[in-house]
Amino acid sequence: MGETGETLLSLSGVHTHIGQYHILHGVDLEVPRGQLTMLLGRNGAGKTTTMRTIMGLWQARQGAVRFAGEDIARLATPDIARRGIAYVPENMGIFGTLTVEENMVLAARRSGLNAERLDWIYSLFPAMRKFWRWPAGQLSGGQKQMLAISRAIIEPAELLLVDEPTKGLAPTIIDALAEAIMALKQTGVTILMVEQNFALARRVGDTVAVMDDGKIIHTGTMAELGADTALQGRLLGLDIGGGTA
Amino acid sequence: MSTTRQEGAIAAEPRNWLGFVRDRAAYFTVPVLALLAFLPIGSLPTWGTLTLAGLAMGLMIFIMASGLTLVFGLMDVLNFGHGAMISFGAFVGVSTLVALGPLYLSSGIEMNLLALLIAALAAMLAAGVLGLVFERLIVRPVYGHHLKQILITMGGLIVVEQLIIVLWGPNEIPIPRPQNLKGAFIVGGVVLEKYRLLAVALGLVLFVVLRLVLTRTRIGLLVRAGVENREMVESLGYRISILFIGVFAVASALGGLGGIMWGLYDEVITAHLGMSVMVLVFITIIIGGLGSIEGCFIAALLIGLTNNYVAYLAPKLSLGSAIILMVVVLMWRPQGLLQPSGSR
Repeated sequence: MGETGETLLSLSGVHTHIGQYHILHGVDLEVPRGQLTMLLGRNGAGKTTTMRTIMGLWQARQGAVRFAGEDIARLATPDIARRGIAYVPENMGIFGTLTVEENMVLAARRSGLNAERLDWIYSLFPAMRKFWRWPAGQLSGGQKQMLAISRAIIEPAELLLVDEPTKGLAPTIIDALAEAIMALKQTGVTILMVEQNFALARRVGDTVAVMDDGKIIHTGTMAELGADTALQGRLLGLDIGGGTA
Repeated sequence: MSTTRQEGAIAAEPRNWLGFVRDRAAYFTVPVLALLAFLPIGSLPTWGTLTLAGLAMGLMIFIMASGLTLVFGLMDVLNFGHGAMISFGAFVGVSTLVALGPLYLSSGIEMNLLALLIAALAAMLAAGVLGLVFERLIVRPVYGHHLKQILITMGGLIVVEQLIIVLWGPNEIPIPRPQNLKGAFIVGGVVLEKYRLLAVALGLVLFVVLRLVLTRTRIGLLVRAGVENREMVESLGYRISILFIGVFAVASALGGLGGIMWGLYDEVITAHLGMSVMVLVFITIIIGGLGSIEGCFIAALLIGLTNNYVAYLAPKLSLGSAIILMVVVLMWRPQGLLQPSGSR
């Protein structure tokens, strides 16, 4: 493991096309090791496309995606995952016909379910223990999101990609998720997270990158952006410096 | 963090009871159909005979269709060439039986069954290998292109049919069943044909084995997960393309097994056997819900039973019975009886 603060993941000049549409127009992004980097931006800015490009679900047509010094832009998704990148997609990607347990068993690909790690996950998300044998498709939206995150952390990953975890969730659930994310940060894992909820982003983020129209238009610390309401308004179209979680 | 607070934040019990009942409705269709058919048929022996014939037919269709529905569910591949594996399996199986002539036609039933087992394994092996070649040469270049898949797999089917004609000749080949598997037991007036009983037993065993594999093994979990969300399985680090090749080979092998069983049922095989059965196989997959093994099982039984009941009650309609059944089911459930995504 490298030192906190050095770059773990970097994208340089990444162009991604989806069919005939040119979505990413040369994305340059650096994700420091051991920190939580927020990827913000309006709808349609290219945040999810950036995440999917990192995971190899959409291939970059141009540019480099370097992870721990290696260019992974041309690798297949399973090979990218095997290098230590865990992914929580925007739609959560829950296997609804499988039970919570079966979802977790599949996620624990390398070493199987580890009791200690599982206890830690139960402490973050008690619902996982309660609904362990339930078909995942019958969980509520918040519980599904907890399962999606649990699945991503059941084995230690170097980098965690989390795409809009609070989308469509009730404020109380968002609060619980925020606490879990803070607890996750304590483990030292590097996180890149897309989020629309600015209040949550300000609460958990260390560094921030703002996207617009398929490019990164701002990078800096979260504290800096959180304090500058004028910058927020310009970059994110926020009228007030915060919004509500 | 506050555990109790989060527990409190969990929404009401997530189980949707209305959905739960609606889910199970599909499982009652087979007994309901059988009971409804009893009313016009009236006679218990006739009804029993028809029901066994229907179940035997249905289970043979299930054997051929089960793998194919996973092939579609896992990789969105429409394989119209599956009929090639059915025909090829049948021909290899029959050739094996011919080679095992003394064993197959001997008077001991154990010997007959041993010959059948060897022939079935040969059929499965040959069809499985052909499936691997088919996947590599024909299917892999057209991943993600449905129209091309339909055209090229149909082309593949025609090529294999013609190859069978080249190798085995253009004439149909009769395959009489050994004496021990001819005839029937009669219980309470119900005619229990021996070969149909064998087909039912084998079909049920296969269904149970498939279900166990899909629910109790890691590979089975991966197949089910892959049917639901291929991208997510890959994001967890699993190479689904390798899994798919395995599923394709197993599906082809099951096609071959179904082919030899169907051939023995009809006591004759032709190169076009696969193509003719494929209509029923595809209707089964559509009715069952693309990608669902349980749906496929229920649909195959429904088709087998409907075919036999209708052939008895209204012979002129029997040819179209599967189509009529498909129309009725799809009007009720446009996505098929069961959906692998579990959204029903």
